[in-house]
Amino acid sequence: MKIAIASGKGGTGKSTVAANLACTLARSREVALVDCDVEEPNLHLFFPAAAVDVPVTTPVPEIDPARCTLCGECGKFCRFGALSVLKDRVLVFPELCHSCGGCSLVCPQGAVREVPRTVGRVACSCPLPSLTLISGVLNEGEVQAPAVIRAAKMLAQGHPLTLYDASPGIACPVIETLEGSDACVLVTESTLFGLHDLRLAAEVVETIGIPAGVVINRSDGRDEETLEFCRDRGLPVLMTIPFSREIAAVQNRGGLIAALLPGWEERFAALFDGIVKIAGVSQ
Amino acid sequence: MIRLAVVSGKGGTGKTMVAAALADISGVPQVLADCDVDAANLELLFRPRRLTTEEFRGLAAARIDPERCRDCGICADHCRFGAIVRNDAWEVDALHCEGCGVCTYVCPVGAVRMEPRVCGEIYTSATDRGNLAHARLFPGSGNSGLLVTEVKKRAMSLADGADLLLADGPPGIGCPLIATISGMDAVLIVTEPGVSALHDLERLVTVCRRFGVRIFVAINRFDLAEDICARIEDYCEREGIVVAGKIPFDPSVIDAVRNGRPVTRSDSAATDALRALRDSLFAELGLL
Repeated sequence: MKIAIASGKGGTGKSTVAANLACTLARSREVALVDCDVEEPNLHLFFPAAAVDVPVTTPVPEIDPARCTLCGECGKFCRFGALSVLKDRVLVFPELCHSCGGCSLVCPQGAVREVPRTVGRVACSCPLPSLTLISGVLNEGEVQAPAVIRAAKMLAQGHPLTLYDASPGIACPVIETLEGSDACVLVTESTLFGLHDLRLAAEVVETIGIPAGVVINRSDGRDEETLEFCRDRGLPVLMTIPFSREIAAVQNRGGLIAALLPGWEERFAALFDGIVKIAGVSQ
Repeated sequence: MIRLAVVSGKGGTGKTMVAAALADISGVPQVLADCDVDAANLELLFRPRRLTTEEFRGLAAARIDPERCRDCGICADHCRFGAIVRNDAWEVDALHCEGCGVCTYVCPVGAVRMEPRVCGEIYTSATDRGNLAHARLFPGSGNSGLLVTEVKKRAMSLADGADLLLADGPPGIGCPLIATISGMDAVLIVTEPGVSALHDLERLVTVCRRFGVRIFVAINRFDLAEDICARIEDYCEREGIVVAGKIPFDPSVIDAVRNGRPVTRSDSAATDALRALRDSLFAELGLL
């Protein structure tokens, strides 16, 4: 079973929920936790351990000047502006390349070769006996987040139970993360922004067709509007985490409330039962 | 004109709250841009009056004409994005189509065409604190970096007579963030005292340095973990980054957001800190 943890708004507590859920589940079974927030991965801060790095590469064009006749076909074809054919040479802008392979297809001289370019890495570690942590890390200055997410998810393949921690937002990195998930947990907070962005995130999971439930984080007890929205959209509220300075203090220091504060392991175990129910898959 | 983007690396540190407060009390002619097109929230605090609405067209997407398709599957073999799928017939899955056009090139019978696709809407609006350029990305659409660039262009077209372009940026360090900070004079990074936020701050600074923008930091809710706050200040000092302000944890901030207004519309400890932030930042930027 694959569970994605997502949210439209940033900072609502996705990673917190993912880390606590993983820590709770690892006490009774094998869990793979995948950090798909490759722009700002944070799960390793909750689970410090030695990691093995696997580089993530994408193919980009390299022009053979001996064969190239400067005909301009590659530059004309590339819709991403990654190739510019000048009078005496072809300029390649690898950071703009989407690795579609079009340039090497259209080149009549066979002068375009694809070479791997490193855009990030996947760090794998075993911080707890039953927990495998797989973190996607996009290199600073790179934009191909989906390629790193794909690589991280691929390395987690074969695990019976996998958690995906998504990035905030509703664009391509989130789609890449949600793909293939059996259920999605949307983490929100009861503010004007939280509800506005929850609505967007709910639309995304609906578009992709993944059953979803909601966790309300940092609740001050005034959650009526969020609860009403969830009721209207048929989204079960799986858990409510109150705002407290005690919880904030544990989390700000990279601690896990499931391990450090009494009662929370049971609550995260109950969250998992709720997720299994909405996913409708047999465990 | 000074171009300033409020960014954060980690989400939820208070970017929009700070951007709205600066816009509210800037006291200079300005134009606003909401560059967090995935989850645009600035308008919720300023209740703008809409001036214009335009379609946002991202890169074209492929479409297969079922009348012409001979069912050979060559397009699917060449698509690197898994965007061509076989249901009853070969179809393009728009969520995965990058718009590269390889399928149109390899199709032996000319059955695949590229068609424009609408990925969102771009707006210009009037607020009582200046004009605002903003947008809505349709859920699941790509091209968010492209949309940010369009929002900035609209903001520039509304900037006549403005001394300040103030942009509310996206979280992260990827495509939309890079589109936001390119061409800016300065960024204000809003962080908070937590190990995740500090880690994300360091990555964001690395990216910002490549774009040659001046970097300032504001520490939000600084008193929730004073020891980690001290670590952030140490880091900034080592890197030669000015900490332009520190904002205390203040329940009046939550109330202001709940009521849909900038926190600076009423007096509070946070308002005092945001005024001090504005003064030191604007002095650095030569806006005072």
